Amino acid sequence: MAVKNIMIVGVGGQGTLLTSRILGGLAIAGGYDVKLSEVHGMAQRGGSVVTFVRYGEKVAEPVVEEGQADVIIAFEQLEALRYAHFLKKDGALIINDWKIDPMPVVTGAAQYPEHIIENLKEKYKVYTVNATEEAKKLGNSRVFNLIVLGIAAQHMDFSKEQWYNVIEHTVPQKTIEINKKAFDVGFEL
Amino acid sequence: MSEPKKVIMLGNEAIARGAYEAGVKVSAAYPGTPSTEISEYLVQYKEDLYCEWSPNEKVATEVAIGASVAGVRAMSCMKHVGFNVAADPAYTVSYMGVNGGLVIVVADDPGLYSSQNEQDTRMVARAAALPVLEPSDSQEAKDYMKMAFELSERFDRPFILRTTTRLAHSQGLVELMDRTEPEDKPYIKDIRKTVMMPGNAKPRHVEIEKRNLELAKAADTLSVNRVEMKNTEIGVITSGIPYQYVKEALPEASVLKLGMVNPLPRKMIEEFASKVDTLYVVEELEPVIEEQVKSWGIAAVGKEIFTIQGEYSANMLRRAILGEEPSAAEPATVPGRPPVLCPGCPHRSVYYVLNKLKLHAAGDIGCYTLGAVAPLSVVDTTICMGASISSLHGMEKAKGKDYIKNWVAVIGDSTFLHTGVNSLMNMMYNRATGTVIILDNSTTGMTGHQDHAATGKTLQGDPTYAIDIPALCRAIGVKHVTEVNAFDLETLERTVKEETARDEVSVIITKTPCVLLSKAKKPLYTVHEDRCRKCGMCMKPGCPAMTKNADGTVYIDDTMCTGCGLCESLCKFGAIELVKEENR
Repeated sequence: MAVKNIMIVGVGGQGTLLTSRILGGLAIAGGYDVKLSEVHGMAQRGGSVVTFVRYGEKVAEPVVEEGQADVIIAFEQLEALRYAHFLKKDGALIINDWKIDPMPVVTGAAQYPEHIIENLKEKYKVYTVNATEEAKKLGNSRVFNLIVLGIAAQHMDFSKEQWYNVIEHTVPQKTIEINKKAFDVGFEL
Repeated sequence: MSEPKKVIMLGNEAIARGAYEAGVKVSAAYPGTPSTEISEYLVQYKEDLYCEWSPNEKVATEVAIGASVAGVRAMSCMKHVGFNVAADPAYTVSYMGVNGGLVIVVADDPGLYSSQNEQDTRMVARAAALPVLEPSDSQEAKDYMKMAFELSERFDRPFILRTTTRLAHSQGLVELMDRTEPEDKPYIKDIRKTVMMPGNAKPRHVEIEKRNLELAKAADTLSVNRVEMKNTEIGVITSGIPYQYVKEALPEASVLKLGMVNPLPRKMIEEFASKVDTLYVVEELEPVIEEQVKSWGIAAVGKEIFTIQGEYSANMLRRAILGEEPSAAEPATVPGRPPVLCPGCPHRSVYYVLNKLKLHAAGDIGCYTLGAVAPLSVVDTTICMGASISSLHGMEKAKGKDYIKNWVAVIGDSTFLHTGVNSLMNMMYNRATGTVIILDNSTTGMTGHQDHAATGKTLQGDPTYAIDIPALCRAIGVKHVTEVNAFDLETLERTVKEETARDEVSVIITKTPCVLLSKAKKPLYTVHEDRCRKCGMCMKPGCPAMTKNADGTVYIDDTMCTGCGLCESLCKFGAIELVKEENR
């Protein structure tokens, strides 16, 4: 199998590391070679963060480069816009319809761009969900990332059972059920 | 025998595993991105080995040296700038050699993801005559760690294992093996090897240069250095993570992959060079390999077409070597998203007060460096660990005590214990009058919450004596030591005014734990839009949980608010209120 390139982009503290752990576990369960690359340290303090997941027969570099991503999972609109050019021609861009103002916007030094999703739709295959709101309905706003992951799952080649299995082995015991429910919300959208 | 178990591991986790399998008995470290997780993973093997957080990298390396002298395999871990702090013992242990194998793990940060400079550890290693292994994925990180200990003992040399951020923070598959604990080496008193006074160090210098030459010769046949001969039009010498970019961009090229980057296998390189049409040297940061190769009269292309800044990539190599432009859409122009202090961070509250009083701060290394940027804009200098206090002292000596009345030094608790304490001694000794604010959040924050000498807990999770920072300051001679809650704006403001006016050294300790330390459910504030007068006071400290609505009123993101109450205490109109538990 050709190497599959996935990116998870968002704001430091949004749980990109958990999501990448799930994707990594999935690739191993599928018997693939896999490499992940993530950001620790300063950028995790509310900065723009990106995680790369690559799996396939044999993976060399641990990062995804411009024009190569099969799927980009964006936890926030502005971050979707920042990294959209990493997508392959027919790649899928999954966006959590959520905005977090970066500090230059808060201080008035910059403007949060308008109509991000509409503009991205003109160039890319875009799938959106307000996962943060959906997650609140489930009773825990933090599980929004599993909802977004559920949509991404529609563009990847793993069965629902494989996803469930990895979720069970990755998230804290107490939150397995709500995380699976959240995954279902996205998977069935 | 059953198949070895394959698991996915972070580069740093694999280094820890390698140390464990190699039979390491003592490890000491100070946290520093991207090296921190090595110790955090190592501690899971505490039944079989001892590991600690030391107050700084120099101490950590000396602990490891002591353990090596005593005859066990030992290591210290740090980030590249930490290696500067450890340089003193490192340069001299190079002369001493080892008894038990000794490895110093140093993590470089090309691209400055979380650092103040982009220095290349291989340059320091060359200056200190220390051999260096450099892995290029998690499996190699584990394997090279073990090999470093074997070579260290075989050649009587301390080894450096050099990693970079991309290796340290990438995950890949690793085959697990069992731990093999070599027998402790007997301690045989030999001061010619362990007391580095001039008469002993002189012959040791001769001896270690001889050892390095032997090692360089052996490097020609060591399995860590390997040639992958393919098409001979392009030949590439590379190592570490850049090897992966080479494999990605030039799958058909011939490659000489160096696992040992100091000393270099000259014969192997000369042979390889003679077989390829164009030789490239692909290495991030400084031209360490390239300059040596060229000094041997070998024609090679390197920094003429590659940068010495930042990380490399396969696309970069495609452009530079093949002249190919990868097909990708144009990147959009978007506002940046620099890191910020977290919602509920006690530093924000302190900086709000300093900003209000129009004070300048000589800053230090930690989350609180983020107080340099708008809207807080308080921190004017950031150099290295501990430099806040000493640079404030230098300003005073340059311009007199009145000049620093509108300055303070700000330093974290962990950084204060790292090297700041020396600088405070200097202030007392040399009759300074400045004000030092210790932002004591009870942890080493930026690196992800590690314990330190004042938290009362060791790396291995054991309770221990917690250094009393106020008492320590008093013992140094500081008469005016005040502890204040970081969120008590009124007391904080009054204290800062009083202490900066004083013609004596004072220390203000803002003791409030990092908001991320407690996992308990936090309170939540909300804005009553009808009472909001749109004055913008609550927005001044720049809390990322707060945004302005289109009509100028303020909105608090309930997924981000941690209930610190700073915004509430700034609102004069009672528009910000705690959300009652039953309404959440």
